[in-house]
Amino acid sequence: MTRRLPGNRRTTAGAVLLTALFLAAFLGPLVAPWDGERIDYAAFRAPPSAAHWLGTTQSGRDVLALTLQGMRTSLLVGLLVAVLSTGFAAAVGMTAGVLGGWADRLLMFGADLLLVLPSFLAVAALAPSLGGGPGLVPLIAAFLWMITARMVRAMTLSLNRRDYVRAARYLGVGPVRVVVRHILPHLASLLIVDAALNVSLAILTESGLAYLGFGAQPPDVSLGTLIADARAAAPVYPWLFAAAAGPLVLIVLAVNLLGDGLRDALDPAIARCS
Amino acid sequence: MGSFLLRRLAGHTVLALVAVSLAYLLAAAALHPCEPPAPPPAAASAGACRSAGEPLAGRYRAWATGVLHGDFGRTLDGEPVAGELWRRLWVSARLLLAGTVLGCAGGVLLGVYAAVRRDAAPDRIITAGTFLLLAVPVFVLAVLAQIAAAELDEATGVRVVAWAGEPGGTFGALGRAADGLRHLALPTAVVALSQLAVYCRYQRGVTLDVLGADHVRTARAKGLRRRDALLRHGLRAALVPMTTYFAYTAGLALLTGVFTEQVFGWHGLGEWVVAAIVRGDVNVVAAANCVAAVAVVLAGLASDAARCLLDPRVRTPAP
Repeated sequence: MTRRLPGNRRTTAGAVLLTALFLAAFLGPLVAPWDGERIDYAAFRAPPSAAHWLGTTQSGRDVLALTLQGMRTSLLVGLLVAVLSTGFAAAVGMTAGVLGGWADRLLMFGADLLLVLPSFLAVAALAPSLGGGPGLVPLIAAFLWMITARMVRAMTLSLNRRDYVRAARYLGVGPVRVVVRHILPHLASLLIVDAALNVSLAILTESGLAYLGFGAQPPDVSLGTLIADARAAAPVYPWLFAAAAGPLVLIVLAVNLLGDGLRDALDPAIARCS
Repeated sequence: MGSFLLRRLAGHTVLALVAVSLAYLLAAAALHPCEPPAPPPAAASAGACRSAGEPLAGRYRAWATGVLHGDFGRTLDGEPVAGELWRRLWVSARLLLAGTVLGCAGGVLLGVYAAVRRDAAPDRIITAGTFLLLAVPVFVLAVLAQIAAAELDEATGVRVVAWAGEPGGTFGALGRAADGLRHLALPTAVVALSQLAVYCRYQRGVTLDVLGADHVRTARAKGLRRRDALLRHGLRAALVPMTTYFAYTAGLALLTGVFTEQVFGWHGLGEWVVAAIVRGDVNVVAAANCVAAVAVVLAGLASDAARCLLDPRVRTPAP
Protein backbone atom coordinates (compact mmCIF):
# COMPACT_ATOMS: atom_id res chain seq x y z
CA MET A 1 0.00 0.00 0.00
CA THR A 2 1.44 3.33 -0.97
CA ARG A 3 0.62 6.05 1.51
CA ARG A 4 0.25 9.43 -0.10
CA LEU A 5 1.34 12.51 1.80
CA PRO A 6 -0.73 15.31 0.33
CA GLY A 7 1.18 18.17 1.86
CA ASN A 8 4.55 16.82 0.91
CA ARG A 9 5.27 18.76 -2.24
CA ARG A 10 4.03 21.98 -0.70
CA THR A 11 6.19 21.42 2.37
CA THR A 12 9.27 20.83 0.23
CA ALA A 13 8.63 23.90 -1.90
CA GLY A 14 8.12 26.07 1.16
CA ALA A 15 11.18 24.70 2.96
CA VAL A 16 13.45 25.16 -0.07
CA LEU A 17 12.22 28.69 -0.70
CA LEU A 18 12.55 29.63 2.96
CA THR A 19 16.08 28.21 3.20
CA ALA A 20 17.09 30.13 0.09
CA LEU A 21 15.69 33.36 1.55
CA PHE A 22 17.47 32.75 4.87
CA LEU A 23 20.77 32.14 3.09
CA ALA A 24 20.29 35.23 0.96
CA ALA A 25 19.49 37.41 3.94
CA PHE A 26 22.34 36.28 6.17
CA LEU A 27 25.06 35.36 3.65
CA GLY A 28 24.09 37.88 0.98
CA PRO A 29 26.10 40.77 2.46
CA LEU A 30 29.29 38.74 1.90
CA VAL A 31 28.61 38.62 -1.84
CA ALA A 32 26.97 41.98 -2.45
CA PRO A 33 29.26 44.62 -3.98
CA TRP A 34 28.18 47.52 -1.76
CA ASP A 35 27.73 47.54 2.01
CA GLY A 36 24.68 49.02 3.68
CA GLU A 37 26.32 51.79 5.71
CA ARG A 38 28.05 53.66 2.87
CA ILE A 39 26.34 56.28 0.75
CA ASP A 40 27.14 56.59 -2.94
CA TYR A 41 27.26 60.30 -3.67
CA ALA A 42 27.53 59.62 -7.42
CA ALA A 43 24.25 57.71 -7.68
CA PHE A 44 20.91 59.02 -6.41
CA ARG A 45 17.89 56.93 -7.41
CA ALA A 46 20.06 55.17 -9.98
CA PRO A 47 18.55 52.19 -11.82
CA PRO A 48 20.10 48.73 -11.30
CA SER A 49 23.77 48.52 -12.37
CA ALA A 50 26.92 46.46 -11.74
CA ALA A 51 27.84 48.43 -8.61
CA HIS A 52 24.27 48.49 -7.28
CA TRP A 53 22.45 45.33 -8.34
CA LEU A 54 19.06 46.73 -7.36
CA GLY A 55 19.82 50.43 -7.86
CA THR A 56 20.03 53.12 -5.19
CA THR A 57 17.54 55.13 -3.14
CA GLN A 58 16.86 58.84 -3.23
CA SER A 59 19.60 59.41 -0.65
CA GLY A 60 22.17 57.25 -2.41
CA ARG A 61 21.91 54.10 -0.29
CA ASP A 62 22.23 50.69 -1.91
CA VAL A 63 18.81 49.07 -2.31
CA LEU A 64 20.15 45.50 -2.22
CA ALA A 65 21.93 46.07 1.11
CA LEU A 66 18.83 47.73 2.60
CA THR A 67 16.59 44.90 1.39
CA LEU A 68 18.85 42.23 2.90
CA GLN A 69 18.85 44.11 6.19
CA GLY A 70 15.06 44.36 6.10
CA MET A 71 14.78 40.64 5.36
CA ARG A 72 16.94 39.83 8.39
CA THR A 73 14.67 41.94 10.61
CA SER A 74 11.52 40.30 9.24
CA LEU A 75 12.83 36.73 9.50
CA LEU A 76 14.17 37.20 13.04
CA VAL A 77 11.01 38.91 14.30
CA GLY A 78 8.85 36.23 12.68
CA LEU A 79 10.77 33.33 14.22
CA LEU A 80 11.07 34.82 17.71
CA VAL A 81 7.42 35.86 17.88
CA ALA A 82 6.25 32.44 16.69
CA VAL A 83 8.33 30.56 19.27
CA LEU A 84 7.25 32.89 22.05
CA SER A 85 3.52 33.02 21.26
CA THR A 86 3.12 29.31 20.49
CA GLY A 87 5.06 28.39 23.63
CA PHE A 88 2.88 30.70 25.70
CA ALA A 89 -0.30 29.35 24.07
CA ALA A 90 0.74 25.79 24.85
CA ALA A 91 1.53 26.67 28.48
CA VAL A 92 -1.74 28.54 29.04
CA GLY A 93 -3.91 26.01 27.19
CA MET A 94 -2.47 23.00 28.98
CA THR A 95 -2.59 24.70 32.40
CA ALA A 96 -6.24 25.61 31.85
CA GLY A 97 -7.09 22.14 30.59
CA VAL A 98 -5.32 20.18 33.32
CA LEU A 99 -6.14 22.38 36.32
CA GLY A 100 -9.73 23.27 35.36
CA GLY A 101 -11.90 25.19 37.81
CA TRP A 102 -11.18 28.84 38.53
CA ALA A 103 -7.73 28.79 36.90
CA ASP A 104 -9.35 27.61 33.68
CA ARG A 105 -12.04 30.27 33.84
CA LEU A 106 -9.56 33.05 34.60
CA LEU A 107 -7.15 32.11 31.80
CA MET A 108 -9.90 31.73 29.22
CA PHE A 109 -11.45 35.04 30.26
CA GLY A 110 -8.07 36.66 29.65
CA ALA A 111 -7.88 35.05 26.22
CA ASP A 112 -11.41 36.22 25.32
CA LEU A 113 -10.61 39.72 26.50
CA LEU A 114 -7.53 40.01 24.29
CA LEU A 115 -9.53 38.59 21.37
CA VAL A 116 -12.08 41.40 21.65
CA LEU A 117 -9.45 44.12 22.04
CA PRO A 118 -8.54 45.52 18.60
CA SER A 119 -5.08 44.03 18.74
CA PHE A 120 -3.41 45.96 15.94
CA LEU A 121 -4.50 49.29 17.42
CA ALA A 122 -3.32 48.25 20.86
CA VAL A 123 0.05 47.13 19.50
CA ALA A 124 0.37 50.35 17.50
CA ALA A 125 -0.40 52.46 20.57
CA LEU A 126 2.08 50.59 22.75
CA ALA A 127 4.89 50.16 20.19
CA PRO A 128 6.34 53.70 20.33
CA SER A 129 6.81 53.53 24.10
CA LEU A 130 8.84 50.33 23.65
CA GLY A 131 11.20 51.98 21.19
CA GLY A 132 10.19 49.91 18.17
CA GLY A 133 13.23 47.62 18.27
CA PRO A 134 13.40 44.19 19.91
CA GLY A 135 10.60 45.27 22.27
CA LEU A 136 8.18 44.58 19.42
CA VAL A 137 8.70 40.82 19.67
CA PRO A 138 6.96 40.20 23.03
CA LEU A 139 4.35 42.82 22.15
CA ILE A 140 3.27 41.12 18.92
CA ALA A 141 3.47 37.71 20.59
CA ALA A 142 1.16 38.91 23.37
CA PHE A 143 -1.67 39.29 20.85
CA LEU A 144 -1.20 36.08 18.85
CA TRP A 145 -1.61 33.27 21.40
CA MET A 146 -5.32 33.33 22.23
CA ILE A 147 -6.95 31.13 19.58
CA THR A 148 -4.18 28.53 19.83
CA ALA A 149 -4.51 28.48 23.60
CA ARG A 150 -8.24 27.73 23.21
CA MET A 151 -7.50 24.88 20.79
CA VAL A 152 -4.79 23.46 23.08
CA ARG A 153 -7.18 23.62 26.03
CA ALA A 154 -9.90 21.76 24.13
CA MET A 155 -7.46 19.03 23.07
CA THR A 156 -5.99 18.78 26.56
CA LEU A 157 -9.47 18.32 28.03
CA SER A 158 -10.20 15.43 25.68
CA LEU A 159 -6.76 13.85 26.13
CA ASN A 160 -7.08 14.16 29.88
CA ARG A 161 -10.05 11.77 29.83
CA ARG A 162 -8.24 9.08 27.82
CA ASP A 163 -7.63 5.79 29.58
CA TYR A 164 -3.85 5.83 29.40
CA VAL A 165 -3.70 9.28 30.96
CA ARG A 166 -6.03 8.12 33.74
CA ALA A 167 -3.96 4.99 34.20
CA ALA A 168 -0.81 7.07 34.51
CA ARG A 169 -2.47 9.30 37.08
CA TYR A 170 -3.76 6.38 39.14
CA LEU A 171 -0.27 4.95 39.13
CA GLY A 172 0.81 8.09 40.99
CA VAL A 173 2.43 10.07 38.19
CA GLY A 174 2.47 13.80 39.01
CA PRO A 175 0.58 16.36 36.91
CA VAL A 176 3.72 17.91 35.43
CA ARG A 177 4.99 14.55 34.28
CA VAL A 178 1.57 13.62 32.85
CA VAL A 179 1.58 16.80 30.81
CA VAL A 180 5.13 16.40 29.52
CA ARG A 181 5.06 12.67 28.81
CA HIS A 182 1.46 11.97 27.81
CA ILE A 183 -0.23 15.17 26.63
CA LEU A 184 2.45 17.30 25.01
CA PRO A 185 3.47 14.70 22.38
CA HIS A 186 -0.12 14.59 21.09
CA LEU A 187 -0.19 18.35 20.74
CA ALA A 188 3.16 18.54 18.92
CA SER A 189 1.77 18.56 15.38
CA LEU A 190 -0.82 21.23 16.22
CA LEU A 191 1.83 23.39 17.81
CA ILE A 192 4.31 23.02 14.94
CA VAL A 193 1.71 24.03 12.38
CA ASP A 194 0.52 26.89 14.56
CA ALA A 195 4.06 28.17 14.98
CA ALA A 196 4.56 28.14 11.22
CA LEU A 197 1.38 30.14 10.65
CA ASN A 198 2.30 32.55 13.44
CA VAL A 199 5.59 33.29 11.70
CA SER A 200 3.78 34.70 8.68
CA LEU A 201 1.28 36.61 10.84
CA ALA A 202 4.11 38.11 12.86
CA ILE A 203 6.04 39.14 9.75
CA LEU A 204 2.96 40.78 8.27
CA THR A 205 2.20 42.58 11.56
CA GLU A 206 5.76 43.83 11.93
CA SER A 207 5.96 45.14 8.39
CA GLY A 208 2.49 46.68 8.70
CA LEU A 209 3.52 48.51 11.87
CA ALA A 210 6.73 49.66 10.24
CA TYR A 211 4.80 50.77 7.17
CA LEU A 212 2.60 53.04 9.30
CA GLY A 213 5.65 54.33 11.17
CA PHE A 214 5.06 52.52 14.49
CA GLY A 215 7.68 49.80 14.07
CA ALA A 216 11.37 50.05 13.26
CA GLN A 217 12.66 53.62 13.59
CA PRO A 218 15.56 54.92 11.51
CA PRO A 219 18.41 53.98 11.29
CA ASP A 220 16.83 50.52 11.73
CA VAL A 221 15.43 49.15 8.50
CA SER A 222 12.45 46.87 7.99
CA LEU A 223 10.76 45.74 4.79
CA GLY A 224 7.73 47.77 5.94
CA THR A 225 9.67 51.05 6.14
CA LEU A 226 11.27 50.34 2.75
CA ILE A 227 7.85 49.78 1.18
CA ALA A 228 6.55 53.00 2.76
CA ASP A 229 9.54 54.93 1.39
CA ALA A 230 9.15 53.50 -2.09
CA ARG A 231 5.36 53.78 -2.24
CA ALA A 232 4.86 57.34 -3.47
CA ALA A 233 7.19 56.91 -6.42
CA ALA A 234 6.17 53.32 -7.20
CA PRO A 235 4.72 53.96 -10.70
CA VAL A 236 7.86 55.88 -11.74
CA TYR A 237 10.62 53.95 -9.93
CA PRO A 238 9.22 50.41 -9.82
CA TRP A 239 12.50 48.71 -8.83
CA LEU A 240 12.52 50.49 -5.47
CA PHE A 241 9.06 49.13 -4.71
CA ALA A 242 9.69 45.67 -6.14
CA ALA A 243 12.92 45.29 -4.16
CA ALA A 244 11.07 45.86 -0.89
CA ALA A 245 7.72 44.21 -1.61
CA GLY A 246 9.05 41.16 -3.50
CA PRO A 247 11.06 39.62 -0.64
CA LEU A 248 8.22 40.23 1.84
CA VAL A 249 5.73 38.42 -0.40
CA LEU A 250 8.22 35.56 -0.98
CA ILE A 251 8.94 35.11 2.74
CA VAL A 252 5.25 35.00 3.67
CA LEU A 253 4.50 32.71 0.73
CA ALA A 254 7.27 30.29 1.75
CA VAL A 255 6.15 30.21 5.38
CA ASN A 256 2.49 29.71 4.41
CA LEU A 257 3.36 26.86 2.03
CA LEU A 258 5.44 25.21 4.75
CA GLY A 259 2.75 25.61 7.39
CA ASP A 260 -0.07 24.42 5.15
CA GLY A 261 1.94 21.46 3.87
CA LEU A 262 2.88 20.46 7.42
CA ARG A 263 -0.76 20.62 8.48
CA ASP A 264 -1.81 18.31 5.67
CA ALA A 265 1.07 15.95 6.32
CA LEU A 266 0.60 15.82 10.10
CA ASP A 267 -3.18 15.83 10.27
CA PRO A 268 -4.25 12.17 10.41
CA ALA A 269 -7.82 12.96 9.25
CA ILE A 270 -6.69 14.50 5.98
CA ALA A 271 -4.03 11.90 5.29
CA ARG A 272 -6.57 9.12 5.73
CA CYS A 273 -9.25 10.31 3.35
CA SER A 274 -7.09 11.32 0.41
CA MET B 1 -33.86 31.41 18.90
CA GLY B 2 -34.64 34.74 20.59
CA SER B 3 -33.44 33.67 24.01
CA PHE B 4 -30.27 32.15 22.56
CA LEU B 5 -29.44 35.40 20.76
CA LEU B 6 -30.24 37.48 23.87
CA ARG B 7 -27.95 35.32 25.99
CA ARG B 8 -25.15 35.66 23.44
CA LEU B 9 -25.72 39.42 23.19
CA ALA B 10 -25.38 39.78 26.96
CA GLY B 11 -22.13 37.80 26.94
CA HIS B 12 -20.72 39.78 24.03
CA THR B 13 -21.70 43.10 25.62
CA VAL B 14 -19.98 42.39 28.93
CA LEU B 15 -16.84 41.39 27.05
CA ALA B 16 -17.00 44.49 24.85
CA LEU B 17 -17.46 46.82 27.85
CA VAL B 18 -14.41 45.38 29.58
CA ALA B 19 -12.42 45.49 26.35
CA VAL B 20 -13.33 49.13 25.65
CA SER B 21 -12.36 50.15 29.19
CA LEU B 22 -9.10 48.27 28.90
CA ALA B 23 -8.43 49.93 25.54
CA TYR B 24 -8.95 53.38 27.06
CA LEU B 25 -6.67 52.67 30.01
CA LEU B 26 -4.05 51.26 27.66
CA ALA B 27 -4.18 54.25 25.33
CA ALA B 28 -4.21 56.73 28.21
CA ALA B 29 -1.23 55.06 29.84
CA ALA B 30 0.82 54.61 26.66
CA LEU B 31 0.21 57.90 24.83
CA HIS B 32 1.69 61.13 26.13
CA PRO B 33 0.35 64.11 24.20
CA CYS B 34 2.61 66.68 25.87
CA GLU B 35 6.01 65.11 25.33
CA PRO B 36 8.22 65.44 22.26
CA PRO B 37 8.48 64.26 19.52
CA ALA B 38 4.78 65.03 19.07
CA PRO B 39 4.18 68.59 20.30
CA PRO B 40 0.47 69.31 20.74
CA PRO B 41 -1.20 72.17 18.88
CA ALA B 42 -0.76 75.39 20.82
CA ALA B 43 -4.47 76.19 21.11
CA ALA B 44 -5.46 73.09 23.01
CA SER B 45 -2.27 72.08 24.78
CA ALA B 46 -3.12 73.75 28.08
CA GLY B 47 -6.31 71.80 28.76
CA ALA B 48 -5.09 68.50 27.32
CA CYS B 49 -1.79 68.67 29.18
CA ARG B 50 -3.46 69.54 32.45
CA SER B 51 -5.81 66.59 32.17
CA ALA B 52 -2.93 64.33 31.12
CA GLY B 53 -1.29 65.02 34.46
CA GLU B 54 -4.26 63.77 36.47
CA PRO B 55 -4.34 60.23 37.81
CA LEU B 56 -5.50 57.57 35.39
CA ALA B 57 -8.51 56.44 37.44
CA GLY B 58 -10.02 59.93 37.53
CA ARG B 59 -9.55 60.44 33.80
CA TYR B 60 -11.10 57.06 33.09
CA ARG B 61 -14.13 57.85 35.28
CA ALA B 62 -14.69 61.18 33.53
CA TRP B 63 -14.32 59.56 30.10
CA ALA B 64 -16.62 56.61 30.88
CA THR B 65 -19.39 58.89 32.23
CA GLY B 66 -19.09 60.96 29.05
CA VAL B 67 -19.30 57.92 26.76
CA LEU B 68 -22.41 56.67 28.57
CA HIS B 69 -24.02 59.98 27.67
CA GLY B 70 -22.85 59.77 24.06
CA ASP B 71 -19.98 62.22 24.56
CA PHE B 72 -16.57 60.94 23.48
CA GLY B 73 -14.65 63.96 24.79
CA ARG B 74 -12.60 66.40 22.77
CA THR B 75 -9.64 66.00 20.44
CA LEU B 76 -6.31 67.70 21.08
CA ASP B 77 -7.52 70.57 18.89
CA GLY B 78 -10.50 71.09 21.17
CA GLU B 79 -13.10 69.79 18.71
CA PRO B 80 -15.74 67.33 19.95
CA VAL B 81 -14.77 63.77 18.96
CA ALA B 82 -18.32 62.54 18.34
CA GLY B 83 -19.16 64.69 15.30
CA GLU B 84 -15.96 63.85 13.45
CA LEU B 85 -16.35 60.19 14.47
CA TRP B 86 -19.73 59.78 12.77
CA ARG B 87 -18.56 61.58 9.62
CA ARG B 88 -15.48 59.39 9.30
CA LEU B 89 -17.38 56.25 10.21
CA TRP B 90 -19.61 56.83 7.19
CA VAL B 91 -16.56 57.25 4.92
CA SER B 92 -15.02 54.01 6.19
CA ALA B 93 -18.30 52.12 5.98
CA ARG B 94 -18.72 53.17 2.35
CA LEU B 95 -15.21 52.00 1.63
CA LEU B 96 -15.47 48.65 3.41
CA LEU B 97 -19.04 47.46 2.93
CA ALA B 98 -19.07 46.72 -0.80
CA GLY B 99 -15.57 45.23 -0.71
CA THR B 100 -16.30 43.00 2.27
CA VAL B 101 -19.56 41.68 0.82
CA LEU B 102 -17.91 41.03 -2.56
CA GLY B 103 -14.89 39.37 -0.95
CA CYS B 104 -17.05 37.20 1.30
CA ALA B 105 -19.40 36.01 -1.40
CA GLY B 106 -16.68 35.58 -4.01
CA GLY B 107 -14.43 33.69 -1.59
CA VAL B 108 -17.21 31.31 -0.54
CA LEU B 109 -18.22 30.60 -4.15
CA LEU B 110 -14.64 30.09 -5.32
CA GLY B 111 -13.92 27.87 -2.32
CA VAL B 112 -16.91 25.63 -3.03
CA TYR B 113 -15.97 25.46 -6.71
CA ALA B 114 -12.37 24.53 -5.90
CA ALA B 115 -13.49 21.84 -3.46
CA VAL B 116 -15.90 20.30 -5.95
CA ARG B 117 -13.22 20.21 -8.66
CA ARG B 118 -10.65 18.91 -6.21
CA ASP B 119 -7.17 18.24 -7.68
CA ALA B 120 -8.36 19.20 -11.17
CA ALA B 121 -6.99 22.22 -13.04
CA PRO B 122 -9.47 24.81 -11.64
CA ASP B 123 -8.69 23.76 -8.06
CA ARG B 124 -4.96 24.02 -8.68
CA ILE B 125 -5.23 27.46 -10.24
CA ILE B 126 -7.50 28.76 -7.47
CA THR B 127 -5.29 27.29 -4.75
CA ALA B 128 -2.13 28.78 -6.26
CA GLY B 129 -3.87 32.13 -6.66
CA THR B 130 -5.10 32.23 -3.08
CA PHE B 131 -1.68 31.26 -1.73
CA LEU B 132 -0.11 34.12 -3.65
CA LEU B 133 -2.85 36.53 -2.59
CA LEU B 134 -2.53 35.54 1.08
CA ALA B 135 1.17 36.39 0.94
CA VAL B 136 0.61 39.92 -0.37
CA PRO B 137 -0.06 42.43 2.42
CA VAL B 138 -2.84 44.97 1.86
CA PHE B 139 -0.48 47.91 1.55
CA VAL B 140 1.42 46.15 -1.24
CA LEU B 141 -1.78 45.04 -2.95
CA ALA B 142 -3.11 48.61 -2.94
CA VAL B 143 0.03 50.00 -4.52
CA LEU B 144 0.01 47.23 -7.13
CA ALA B 145 -3.58 48.18 -7.95
CA GLN B 146 -2.49 51.80 -8.37
CA ILE B 147 0.34 50.78 -10.68
CA ALA B 148 -2.10 48.69 -12.72
CA ALA B 149 -4.46 51.68 -12.93
CA ALA B 150 -1.58 53.85 -14.13
CA GLU B 151 -0.80 51.34 -16.86
CA LEU B 152 -4.46 51.23 -17.82
CA ASP B 153 -4.59 55.02 -18.08
CA GLU B 154 -1.52 55.03 -20.26
CA ALA B 155 -2.90 52.33 -22.54
CA THR B 156 -6.33 53.90 -23.01
CA GLY B 157 -5.37 57.57 -22.78
CA VAL B 158 -8.25 58.40 -20.39
CA ARG B 159 -8.50 58.26 -16.63
CA VAL B 160 -10.83 55.31 -16.32
CA VAL B 161 -10.54 54.88 -12.55
CA ALA B 162 -9.31 57.39 -10.00
CA TRP B 163 -6.15 56.36 -8.12
CA ALA B 164 -6.73 58.29 -4.95
CA GLY B 165 -9.04 60.59 -3.07
CA GLU B 166 -12.70 60.55 -2.18
CA PRO B 167 -15.56 61.16 -4.60
CA GLY B 168 -16.53 64.81 -4.81
CA GLY B 169 -18.19 65.31 -8.18
CA THR B 170 -20.56 68.23 -8.65
CA PHE B 171 -21.99 67.50 -12.07
CA GLY B 172 -25.52 66.55 -11.08
CA ALA B 173 -26.77 63.26 -9.67
CA LEU B 174 -25.53 61.16 -12.57
CA GLY B 175 -22.08 62.76 -12.51
CA ARG B 176 -21.84 62.22 -8.77
CA ALA B 177 -22.75 58.56 -9.10
CA ALA B 178 -20.21 58.04 -11.89
CA ASP B 179 -17.53 59.85 -9.92
CA GLY B 180 -18.34 57.77 -6.84
CA LEU B 181 -17.92 54.59 -8.85
CA ARG B 182 -14.61 55.77 -10.32
CA HIS B 183 -13.23 56.47 -6.89
CA LEU B 184 -14.65 53.36 -5.28
CA ALA B 185 -13.51 50.86 -7.91
CA LEU B 186 -9.87 50.47 -6.91
CA PRO B 187 -10.21 50.49 -3.09
CA THR B 188 -13.19 48.15 -3.27
CA ALA B 189 -11.24 45.75 -5.45
CA VAL B 190 -8.34 45.82 -2.97
CA VAL B 191 -10.60 45.22 0.05
CA ALA B 192 -12.44 42.43 -1.75
CA LEU B 193 -9.29 40.68 -3.00
CA SER B 194 -7.58 40.80 0.38
CA GLN B 195 -10.53 39.02 2.03
CA LEU B 196 -11.40 36.74 -0.85
CA ALA B 197 -8.31 34.61 -0.36
CA VAL B 198 -8.99 34.00 3.34
CA TYR B 199 -12.62 32.97 2.81
CA CYS B 200 -11.72 30.86 -0.20
CA ARG B 201 -9.16 28.81 1.79
CA TYR B 202 -11.56 28.25 4.70
CA GLN B 203 -14.52 27.44 2.49
CA ARG B 204 -12.53 24.95 0.43
CA GLY B 205 -11.49 23.17 3.62
CA VAL B 206 -14.95 22.94 5.19
CA THR B 207 -16.56 21.94 1.87
CA LEU B 208 -14.05 19.09 1.48
CA ASP B 209 -15.03 17.88 4.95
CA VAL B 210 -18.69 17.87 3.96
CA LEU B 211 -18.31 16.32 0.48
CA GLY B 212 -17.75 12.82 1.79
CA ALA B 213 -20.27 13.11 4.62
CA ASP B 214 -23.05 10.60 5.05
CA HIS B 215 -25.94 13.02 4.69
CA VAL B 216 -24.72 14.19 1.27
CA ARG B 217 -24.35 10.57 0.15
CA THR B 218 -27.89 9.88 1.40
CA ALA B 219 -29.21 12.83 -0.58
CA ARG B 220 -27.51 11.47 -3.70
CA ALA B 221 -28.82 7.98 -3.02
CA LYS B 222 -32.39 9.20 -2.78
CA GLY B 223 -32.01 10.50 -6.34
CA LEU B 224 -30.91 14.12 -6.11
CA ARG B 225 -28.46 15.29 -8.71
CA ARG B 226 -24.90 15.94 -7.50
CA ARG B 227 -25.41 19.69 -7.82
CA ASP B 228 -28.64 19.79 -5.83
CA ALA B 229 -27.30 17.44 -3.18
CA LEU B 230 -24.25 19.65 -2.75
CA LEU B 231 -26.04 22.97 -2.73
CA ARG B 232 -28.99 22.03 -0.56
CA HIS B 233 -27.42 19.53 1.82
CA GLY B 234 -23.69 20.06 1.58
CA LEU B 235 -23.33 23.83 1.44
CA ARG B 236 -25.72 24.45 4.31
CA ALA B 237 -23.70 22.25 6.63
CA ALA B 238 -20.44 23.67 5.32
CA LEU B 239 -21.52 27.24 6.05
CA VAL B 240 -22.09 26.55 9.77
CA PRO B 241 -18.39 26.54 10.75
CA MET B 242 -17.86 29.48 8.37
CA THR B 243 -20.11 31.71 10.51
CA THR B 244 -17.48 31.60 13.26
CA TYR B 245 -14.83 32.79 10.82
CA PHE B 246 -17.05 35.66 9.67
CA ALA B 247 -17.04 36.99 13.23
CA TYR B 248 -13.28 36.67 13.61
CA THR B 249 -12.57 38.39 10.31
CA ALA B 250 -14.56 41.52 11.24
CA GLY B 251 -11.42 42.79 12.96
CA LEU B 252 -9.40 41.90 9.88
CA ALA B 253 -11.75 43.98 7.71
CA LEU B 254 -11.23 47.03 9.93
CA LEU B 255 -7.48 46.60 9.68
CA THR B 256 -7.72 46.33 5.90
CA GLY B 257 -9.59 49.63 6.04
CA VAL B 258 -6.73 51.33 7.91
CA PHE B 259 -4.20 50.46 5.21
CA THR B 260 -6.54 51.03 2.26
CA GLU B 261 -7.45 54.50 3.53
CA GLN B 262 -3.78 55.33 3.97
CA VAL B 263 -2.83 54.37 0.43
CA PHE B 264 -5.86 55.81 -1.34
CA GLY B 265 -6.03 59.00 0.70
CA TRP B 266 -9.54 58.51 2.11
CA HIS B 267 -10.20 60.51 5.27
CA GLY B 268 -11.83 57.68 7.14
CA LEU B 269 -11.63 56.23 10.61
CA GLY B 270 -8.42 54.30 9.99
CA GLU B 271 -6.48 57.30 8.77
CA TRP B 272 -7.73 59.28 11.78
CA VAL B 273 -6.62 56.64 14.28
CA VAL B 274 -3.13 56.41 12.83
CA ALA B 275 -2.74 60.18 12.97
CA ALA B 276 -4.16 60.22 16.51
CA ILE B 277 -1.67 57.61 17.75
CA VAL B 278 1.18 59.65 16.28
CA ARG B 279 -0.09 62.83 17.98
CA GLY B 280 -0.98 61.07 21.22
CA ASP B 281 -4.68 61.94 21.01
CA VAL B 282 -6.10 59.59 23.65
CA ASN B 283 -9.79 60.40 23.19
CA VAL B 284 -9.72 59.73 19.45
CA VAL B 285 -7.94 56.40 19.87
CA ALA B 286 -10.37 55.38 22.61
CA ALA B 287 -13.39 56.34 20.49
CA ALA B 288 -12.07 54.31 17.55
CA ASN B 289 -11.54 51.37 19.90
CA CYS B 290 -15.18 51.69 20.95
CA VAL B 291 -16.27 51.56 17.32
CA ALA B 292 -14.07 48.53 16.68
CA ALA B 293 -15.38 46.71 19.76
CA VAL B 294 -18.99 47.43 18.79
CA ALA B 295 -18.28 46.24 15.24
CA VAL B 296 -16.78 42.99 16.51
CA VAL B 297 -19.75 42.43 18.86
CA LEU B 298 -22.21 43.11 16.03
CA ALA B 299 -20.33 40.75 13.73
CA GLY B 300 -20.37 38.10 16.45
CA LEU B 301 -24.10 38.56 16.91
CA ALA B 302 -24.70 38.39 13.15
CA SER B 303 -22.70 35.18 12.96
CA ASP B 304 -24.70 33.72 15.88
CA ALA B 305 -27.92 34.60 14.09
CA ALA B 306 -26.67 33.03 10.87
CA ARG B 307 -25.67 29.88 12.75
CA CYS B 308 -29.11 29.81 14.33
CA LEU B 309 -30.78 29.96 10.92
CA LEU B 310 -28.51 27.32 9.37
CA ASP B 311 -28.21 24.84 12.21
CA PRO B 312 -31.48 23.70 13.83
CA ARG B 313 -29.58 22.04 16.69
CA VAL B 314 -28.68 25.47 18.09
CA ARG B 315 -32.33 26.48 18.34
CA THR B 316 -33.50 23.58 20.48
CA PRO B 317 -32.24 23.74 24.06
CA ALA B 318 -29.85 20.97 25.07
CA PRO B 319 -31.55 18.10 26.95
